[in-house]
Amino acid sequence: MWKNLYTWLDERFGLDDMYKNLLDRPEPKTSWWNTLGSASLFLFVLQGLTGIFLTVYYTPSPDHAYDSIQYIMEGVAFGWLIRGIHHWGATLMVLVVFIHMLRVFYTASFKYPRELTWLIGIGLFLATLGMGFTGYLLPWNQKSFWATTVGTQIAGTVPLIGDFILKALRGGPDLSALTLQRFFSAHIWMIPAVLAALIGIHLFLIIKHGESHWPKKED
Amino acid sequence: MSDSHELSRRDFIKVTTGIVGGLIGAIVGLPSVYYLIDPALREGGKEAWIPIGKFEDMQIGTPYPFSFTRVQVNGWERTASSFGGYAIRKTDSPDELVILNSRCTHLGCTVNWDGKADAYICPCHDAKFSMEGEVLDGPPPRALESYGEHRITEDGTIEIFFKEG
Ligand code: HEM
Ligand code: FES
Repeated sequence: MWKNLYTWLDERFGLDDMYKNLLDRPEPKTSWWNTLGSASLFLFVLQGLTGIFLTVYYTPSPDHAYDSIQYIMEGVAFGWLIRGIHHWGATLMVLVVFIHMLRVFYTASFKYPRELTWLIGIGLFLATLGMGFTGYLLPWNQKSFWATTVGTQIAGTVPLIGDFILKALRGGPDLSALTLQRFFSAHIWMIPAVLAALIGIHLFLIIKHGESHWPKKED
Repeated sequence: MSDSHELSRRDFIKVTTGIVGGLIGAIVGLPSVYYLIDPALREGGKEAWIPIGKFEDMQIGTPYPFSFTRVQVNGWERTASSFGGYAIRKTDSPDELVILNSRCTHLGCTVNWDGKADAYICPCHDAKFSMEGEVLDGPPPRALESYGEHRITEDGTIEIFFKEG
């Protein structure tokens, strides 16, 4: 029965081909360091899922952001677990993405034909940092408030357009309800959308070109 | 390495990945479901005796309207909910008061006593209820509910027993 169902689906979707080409692709003999890209992908999905669950209770308003997080931590069953995973996952994701990048650099995997994969990777790294920056403000506590004050102030030191950048980030001259709301929007919609799109292209290129081999002495 | 060894090693990895993945999924997944439905599992709130008016002010033949507000803490916010009803006096005995809840049994709008029509009228789908709460017309499936217990205090105030839902 299941076999028939599987054959039926396989004939329309080409599941076997997909499995062969996506998951069973030939790999050169490499190293554990080559698993860090997959680890980054896993962390992205994990942050996405736990983040979606956090939005069930989190409120991006200066009046309630802090209280709603307090409620997540103490009022809801397993709120501490969901937030804990998201909180530590964020730091871990920045770390893992960065080490992944170092490995690609160390093995010189950014060379022809993988220059685009590398450039898109830089975009992915910046977007991941952007997630950390915007997410850090959301609990609306002392630490996050002053960290964002300083962070946006630094962005404001850019010559000529610095003042404009500062106001665009904050939604005005000061940190306010507008800042919290636009950081929230960036954190849950804009940057994740960019990340998802870039990850898609990144993976497409990786499957197209295959994994680069670990360089030998002669290389 | 022989062929069969190569194969079983691959299968071993597949099965282990499946099991470990499934375990991690369950360890995080089940608490996540609990996290989602937690507010629905909370026990209903406090009980209280609510004063609704003086017995002497309630006239035979005219429903006596009353309303009250209860404040509940929902998550990180206090929410005020309004409740209301009508006390219908029939005799000189406070025990025989009928105290109706003005929440329509159709879809929950608040009904109002209309003296001319001699009925409670629901503004939402034009239901009509008799003075004692029976359905006269419209979609409601059953009569208006009444508040459970009531009592009279020493100074003649009627109080109803109320449990937050
Ligand atoms: C796509 C998905 C994501 C969604 C929907 C999401 C949603 C949220 C929400 C609602 C919060 C506020 C609750 C809290 O502070 O604990 C939050 C916090 C945070 N997020 Fe995300 N997030 C996502 C992905 C990420 C990623 C990829 C990163 C980082 C690299 C990240 C980093 C952070 C940080 C640093 C915080 C502050 C945590 C804290 O101090 O508690 N998020 N996120
Ligand atoms: S809610 Fe009262 S008639 Fe529909």
